[in-house]
Amino acid sequence: MNQPVLKVTQLKKAYGAIQAVGGVSFEVQPGEIFGVIGPNGSGKTTLFNSMLGQISPDEGRIELRGQDVTGLGPLALSRLGVGRTFQTLQVFGKMSVRDNLIVAAQEHRGSMGSRLFAPSDSDLGDKADTLLAQFRLTPVAHQKAGELSYGQQKLADIAMAFMSEPALVLLDEPCAGVNPSLVGGISRLLKQLNQERQSSFVVIEHNMEFVMGLCHRIMVMVEGQVLAIGTPDEIRANKQVLDAYLGN
Amino acid sequence: MRKIHLWAGLALLVALVVAPAYFKNYGIHLFTTWLVFIIATMGLNLTVGYAGQKSLGHAAFFGIGAYTVAIFLKAGLSFWLALPTGALLCFVVGLIVGFPALRVQTIYLAFATLGFNTAMWLVMRNEEWLTGGTFGINNIARPSLFGFRLDGNLAYYRFVLAMAVLLGLLLWGLLRSPWGKAFTALRDNPIRAESLGVDTRAYTLMSFAIGAAYAGVAGGLYASQVQFIDPALFTVGASIMMYLMVVVGGPGYFLGPVLGSAVGVILPEWLRFAQGWYLMVFGTAVVLLMIWLPDGLLSIPDRWRARRQSRLASEQRRQAAHSGGVA
Repeated sequence: MNQPVLKVTQLKKAYGAIQAVGGVSFEVQPGEIFGVIGPNGSGKTTLFNSMLGQISPDEGRIELRGQDVTGLGPLALSRLGVGRTFQTLQVFGKMSVRDNLIVAAQEHRGSMGSRLFAPSDSDLGDKADTLLAQFRLTPVAHQKAGELSYGQQKLADIAMAFMSEPALVLLDEPCAGVNPSLVGGISRLLKQLNQERQSSFVVIEHNMEFVMGLCHRIMVMVEGQVLAIGTPDEIRANKQVLDAYLGN
Repeated sequence: MRKIHLWAGLALLVALVVAPAYFKNYGIHLFTTWLVFIIATMGLNLTVGYAGQKSLGHAAFFGIGAYTVAIFLKAGLSFWLALPTGALLCFVVGLIVGFPALRVQTIYLAFATLGFNTAMWLVMRNEEWLTGGTFGINNIARPSLFGFRLDGNLAYYRFVLAMAVLLGLLLWGLLRSPWGKAFTALRDNPIRAESLGVDTRAYTLMSFAIGAAYAGVAGGLYASQVQFIDPALFTVGASIMMYLMVVVGGPGYFLGPVLGSAVGVILPEWLRFAQGWYLMVFGTAVVLLMIWLPDGLLSIPDRWRARRQSRLASEQRRQAAHSGGVA
């Protein structure tokens, strides 16, 4: 069996008396799209923030391709090949869309000193153009990102996470606030990127149709605990999950 | 850069080289001061406008540069050693002052830098053995360059202009490099920037250090220009004035400091006809400007463009609705 890209072991995080995440363990295999679902307050965001170095877990271990990365900050994780998107839009509004993509990867090239003398686009222009075309953002490539529609900004936001070709991408509600016609488009794009690049994704999402159609395996969390892990069909058929989360 | 911008820039440069030859001494002094403040606020624009850090201590760096040059020249050392030493000293002190920015932001950072400015001002005032205290340092010499003496006001003006152009080109190169995008990313969204691998700590410190070095050069040039310095020139009030110049010109616009410094240095002179009312007129003009143009004077073209785009989008929506209705 391959070494997992991500291995989380007995991760715990409490806020005062509230145990937000209580001993969560799972693995994400190379090329796998792994979904995390659960009702509000189930600990998904705390789990995500712990994995991404935004907060320090109280206990547990996080390994990235066998390397212990527990407690590392977002900068170190990014340098180790972890990309992410946020629940809310996080583009650089005053930069062009193309520059948003370039800045998303430029810091992975050379040293800070060498970047002072590097070309303006860090030789990433062609790569940015390819990704812009894939995300159908070419017509707005030179517009300021903050001037685009919400849907276009969301696409730019997701594209940025893939610019540095990370081995693992954590997507926090990629469909939040997106109109239904674009949800299918995002799903197709993510599948395409997953197949082309063989990178692994962890996806938090409330849109069940999206999660079930995209993910290879899904983990259901309730009250900070793992309720079930399985394929979409297994999750759909799981009585505990139906009772606790999916309902009718 | 569009060709029209390049030609406009060259035309302005030629005008700045030629026109002062027809000015009286006071006019040349005023334009030299304007150029000095352009250099100082170019640095502050990097810290505040591009990297988004709030700094109310810029006059302290200006003072460090000025005193370094004055003290070196009084000790018989070369101006050409004093000026880079002042810049380097400011770079190092700027790096140190940048550290609070890693812990605090917005108004809290502004107060931290304001505290630094006050502390430096106290050193300049109280350490008489070094700075001359409230008596200041006078008879600061002007340099020579390749055998040409820069004693004359016009010659010194042209030297400061050359320095302003050189430092402007250096800053342009820096902002065109990947560093420019990293600074903008830091300003717009530091959390996102860090998640993309931008070392926000390093860029924050560099924005302070480079900005401070520019102020140091400006201060050194100013000391030789006015040939007398005392602590009153480097108070928190002077820092606030420099911040105002950046904000009025347009923070994050490359030419913002050129316009902002004109408002801060030249406009008060034009308003002298108002005599005792000049500060009232100046203050009111600034308040109105901040209300109508919070992003500064150079945001006007962007505002027009945004308005035109919004009108076009509305028109397209209206046409789409109309054609939908007909169908």
